[in-house]
Amino acid sequence: MLKRVHFPSSPLPYLLVAPQIAITLVFFIWPASQAMYQSFLIEDAFGLSTEFVWFENYELLMEDKQYLDSFGRTIFFSAAVAFLSMSLALVLAGFADRVIRGAMVYRTLLIWPYAVAPVLAGALWVFMFNPTLGIISYALEFVGVNWNHYLNGEQAMALVIFAAAWKQIAYNFLFYLAAMQSIPRSVIEAAAIDGAGPMRRFITIVFPLIAPTTFFLLVINAVYAFFDTFGIVHAVTQGGPANATTILVYKVYNDGFVGLDLGGSAAQSVILMALVIGMTVVQFRFVERKVQY
Amino acid sequence: MATITLTDLVKSYDDTQVLHHVEGAFEDGEFIVIVGPSGCGKSTLLRMVAGLESVTSGEIRIGDRVVNDLEPADRDIAMVFQNYALYPHMSVFDNMAYGLKIRRIPKDEIRKRVEDAADILEIRDYLQRRPRQLSGGQRQRVAMGRAIVRDPQVFLFDEPLSNLDAKLRVQMRLEIRKLQKRLGVTSIYVTHDQVEAMTLGDRLMVLNGGYVEQFGAPTELYERPASIFVAGFIGSPSMNFFEVTVAEGVATLPSGAKMSSSTTYSGKATLGVRPEHMSPAPDGPLKIEVGMLEQLGANTLVHGVLEGRSEEIVASLPGLEHINVRTTLGFDAPSESIHLFDETGVRID
Repeated sequence: MLKRVHFPSSPLPYLLVAPQIAITLVFFIWPASQAMYQSFLIEDAFGLSTEFVWFENYELLMEDKQYLDSFGRTIFFSAAVAFLSMSLALVLAGFADRVIRGAMVYRTLLIWPYAVAPVLAGALWVFMFNPTLGIISYALEFVGVNWNHYLNGEQAMALVIFAAAWKQIAYNFLFYLAAMQSIPRSVIEAAAIDGAGPMRRFITIVFPLIAPTTFFLLVINAVYAFFDTFGIVHAVTQGGPANATTILVYKVYNDGFVGLDLGGSAAQSVILMALVIGMTVVQFRFVERKVQY
Repeated sequence: MATITLTDLVKSYDDTQVLHHVEGAFEDGEFIVIVGPSGCGKSTLLRMVAGLESVTSGEIRIGDRVVNDLEPADRDIAMVFQNYALYPHMSVFDNMAYGLKIRRIPKDEIRKRVEDAADILEIRDYLQRRPRQLSGGQRQRVAMGRAIVRDPQVFLFDEPLSNLDAKLRVQMRLEIRKLQKRLGVTSIYVTHDQVEAMTLGDRLMVLNGGYVEQFGAPTELYERPASIFVAGFIGSPSMNFFEVTVAEGVATLPSGAKMSSSTTYSGKATLGVRPEHMSPAPDGPLKIEVGMLEQLGANTLVHGVLEGRSEEIVASLPGLEHINVRTTLGFDAPSESIHLFDETGVRID
């Protein structure tokens, strides 16, 4: 029999976790439950009458073609952002791993974009791609591309994807670089002696060994693209043209604060919340166990 | 199969020179052990032969090819690393087959070669396992297997046994030796363990501070160490050293006692005598005040100081001996076992 150890109960542990619990209550549980409650209500635009309708807001959403389109658009957007930012970060990390001189400078510069606020990141790209003033749209004109993301929905989507992916590269780069540097040098050297060139080593040794990091980043990037890109969309396209870049988070804002459909907007945000929770569960369940090799 | 020739080999990192003009000609099929204390440059030298470190100046030849600027892959070598460096995400079979697949060897041939190597190393049952499912000794065998399936011209070993426990180390040491003789592949083996070096090597290269102190057969290093460093490094327990004045080959010990050497040297010198060459002699010149005994079974080590002085001395007696501490014993050694070194540490003949 193991002897059970009893510690005298003391208020100290509760005191120590109290601030964290208070923050969670005030900034998450309270607003989340408010949103949940709101999603069961239908209000008129002036807030004069309120009716409790149970799931009618959700039913309306499921019938709303625009909402379902936005869902599909968001999935495409997330996949594109995750793929673009992760693959670029992987390439950069692959090179940074080989750099010896000036490695610190190189790394520091690559990490900077992460410190840029989403709105500013968006503003940067808007300036560069401005159809009349932008330096890149000017350059594109020489190769025969007529860039105007104010009119062309596909170009608008591409621009939002670039801006969102660019900001996330730094984060992915950090994780990839750390993962690569934790691979024992001698394993890479053994592969070199076995006759594998740099490219082959990367594909057959490095990439499989950083698979757990890739999986982790995939979840993180999906969550980022789903939920943290409001600022970028708002600064770059405001969801336009013709809703071409209205992803789910943007639609929550647009329907609620522009369209004043508070109940519908709340219902959308509850669905988004369920998605975050789902992704977090996936991440904990699988990332904790790691991708086994 | 190939010879290896090192000519005036130098390695520097920025302004620090870590290997100084290393020379060596290794015969075809020879087992060369590079031995020295940590930081002496032995691993650097091995990695230069492997192509993992650049050559600052000088020349490395494998066979009749100068390999200085060749990639590791093009040197036709195989290397066993200290931490084995197995590919953790591949099965044992794939670990061993990796180099063969890259060389585009047909599948049947790969299977045959891996299985043959697995039979030699007795790891046939583990071929489908992952490295993390193996014990240290088994991983060691897989690392060896990965080297031998390639059938290279040269084997390089970088302290391959240092992560194993003592018993397994002795066993693997013998196996490596047998395997190398059987395959007849020229091998370079780096270790800091002088016992490993003595048992494995056809010839030993003793490195110290980036200089080659001596290069020769194990018995030659033991019997005629070229410097104080080699004399102290080879042999266990280490050789005893005393500062002496020599006149016509007769050395005067600090205690005033005299010992004759087989030289005709005169002047100041360091006298060295191995513990196992000292035999009890009541009137002998080496008087030991016994401080401690180590009874190892096969022999007994007598630790003490020279009578009335502070110089430490060890003698090794065959069999189990019971000697009371704080008694004084006399020892003598034959003149041919007396080594003399001058003030720069070089052997005097």
